[in-house]
Amino acid sequence: MEVDGIPVFNTVREAVEETGANCSLIFVPAPFAPDAIVEALDNGIELIVCITEGIPVKDMMMVKDYMVKTYPNAKLVGPNCPGVITPGEAKVGIMPGHVFKRGKIGIVSRSGTLTYEAAYQLTRLELGQSTAVGIGGDPVHGLTHKDVIEMFNKDPETEAILMIGEIGGTEEEEAAEYIESEVDKPVFAYIAGITAPPGKRMGHAGAIITGGKGTAQAKMKALEKAGAYVIENPAKIGETVAKILKALELEEEERTYEAE
Amino acid sequence: MKLFEFEAKNLLKKYGVEVPPSVLIAKGEDARKKIEEAGLEPPLVVKSQVLVAGRGKAGGIKKADSIDEAVKLVEELFEKPIKGLKPSYILVEKAIEHEAELYAAIIIDRSERKPLVLASRYGGMDIEEIAKEKPESIIRLHIDPQVGLRGYHARIIGKKIGLSGKALRSFSNFLSALYKVFMDYDGDLAESNPLALVGDKVIPLDARIIVDDNALYKHPELGERKLEETGEYTEWEIKARSQGLTFVELDGDVGIISNGAGLTMTTMDLVYEFGGRPSNFLDLGGGADAELVKKAIRFLFEFPKAKKIFINIFGGITRCDEVAKGLVQALEELGGMKKPIIVRLTGTNEEEGRRILKEHGIEAYTDAIEAAKTVVKLQA
Repeated sequence: MEVDGIPVFNTVREAVEETGANCSLIFVPAPFAPDAIVEALDNGIELIVCITEGIPVKDMMMVKDYMVKTYPNAKLVGPNCPGVITPGEAKVGIMPGHVFKRGKIGIVSRSGTLTYEAAYQLTRLELGQSTAVGIGGDPVHGLTHKDVIEMFNKDPETEAILMIGEIGGTEEEEAAEYIESEVDKPVFAYIAGITAPPGKRMGHAGAIITGGKGTAQAKMKALEKAGAYVIENPAKIGETVAKILKALELEEEERTYEAE
Repeated sequence: MKLFEFEAKNLLKKYGVEVPPSVLIAKGEDARKKIEEAGLEPPLVVKSQVLVAGRGKAGGIKKADSIDEAVKLVEELFEKPIKGLKPSYILVEKAIEHEAELYAAIIIDRSERKPLVLASRYGGMDIEEIAKEKPESIIRLHIDPQVGLRGYHARIIGKKIGLSGKALRSFSNFLSALYKVFMDYDGDLAESNPLALVGDKVIPLDARIIVDDNALYKHPELGERKLEETGEYTEWEIKARSQGLTFVELDGDVGIISNGAGLTMTTMDLVYEFGGRPSNFLDLGGGADAELVKKAIRFLFEFPKAKKIFINIFGGITRCDEVAKGLVQALEELGGMKKPIIVRLTGTNEEEGRRILKEHGIEAYTDAIEAAKTVVKLQA
């Protein structure tokens, strides 16, 4: 079967056998999405992007546990995320391509629309992006902030990293530990929800401050300590990145000049 | 969704846990008749079924030495609001003499993505207090979700909280059942506090289960919870939710409509940054259509705290033209701008969205910062 010239299959196995597909983009509703992830894994697909919102936490916990143990090389992005884009090259997701621009900054974010906002601010200042990854707003998901930062750290096309976190959980703190010990590239961080009240779930299932944990302040502090440039004003994400990168470039030039 | 104590205990009972003998009394029922029919002998405990923590301290749990006293307390508790909530049910239970009060709970640890068992020999207060006062007393054990909680896990934990012999076996059975309930019902939390030590067995004097809202479709037998009963929402939050809007009430005067949780929080942060105060968080989510936008605007027109409205949309899967259509339709149907509105529209189909708004005399911003500054300065 075909729809608009695109072949349609009943099972992932058929799709993989006939086309050699190596990436799965999942939109099916929440009750079926965990199955779709497992089906992709069992058919050898190593990059899975799940857009679906509202998957029960237990189901994701079981799927991720199976994935980590059985397919350690597989990478899951999401669920409840906008996907991945390498501007000018590839997009697996739902983001508006035109606000992105090819460049050197890697973006990792728990929020979809906030990724667009940040990319938009960067693009308007002629600061392009190497790749942007939306890791999703659910409590249990695939790639974490730390995982993606590790990938950006190794990626020769990425020269600086912008991390967009939000209240709830401890992923930003875990990323901070990694940044402190392993990352030499400049890291910029913005945390959404500085003014969010505790105990209230702010849209995302994962965005909730509980028992005094998961506040934006705690995350910003951890990141600052790790040497990241923490941006407090969401209006100035682009501006701050531009200013600091410029200063770092100048420093670099001076150093080269002195060396000569 | 939070379960009532009696619902949580019924589930535990179904999984083989011994719970105190009890009878549930609905409002308007003959309490004396029900207590007598159930064959409950005093002393009794009369417990208001409300979904708030700290029920005991707030006077929602009373002891009765006779059936007469219990009947009187049932009547009293039906009329007594606990943290603002009046019960629809009262649970009358046999009072259980016990030697010690333990604590046991299971949650999902999101960073380890595994179930986490928590237990302490110092039950009776809430876990945050235990953690503060006797942090070393809290035993924590992660469970591999594929393997589940095994007998030896339960025994390790039981020993660490000071149990041995038959009591240890009883605790181990209890914890296994609690884990099964937690997993079978997609728990966010399954907890017993206090878990009483009675001779050589444990009996849950209280039980709390919270079910993952996203998993409720799997458990139709749990029914639905009226938002009023949860004690978690304000009057306006209940109104919003019953219309399908993701809305959190705040204290300022700038009404916020945005799409995506992160951007909506950032819109709040932006308004603060420029000296304003948001009156709410309202997230349209992904892929909102004109109808939903209309509903959101109508809602903020009615919501008295919102004196002006800031619509901040960055379209990905959400289309700017749909948002524009919704706004225009809302204004036509509701007789114009009841409150001043500032719109920021960027992303998918933004030209078309902007054109629709312009035709109706609304100039949309492309830049969130300029829009936020404007809305803060605006005199409502």
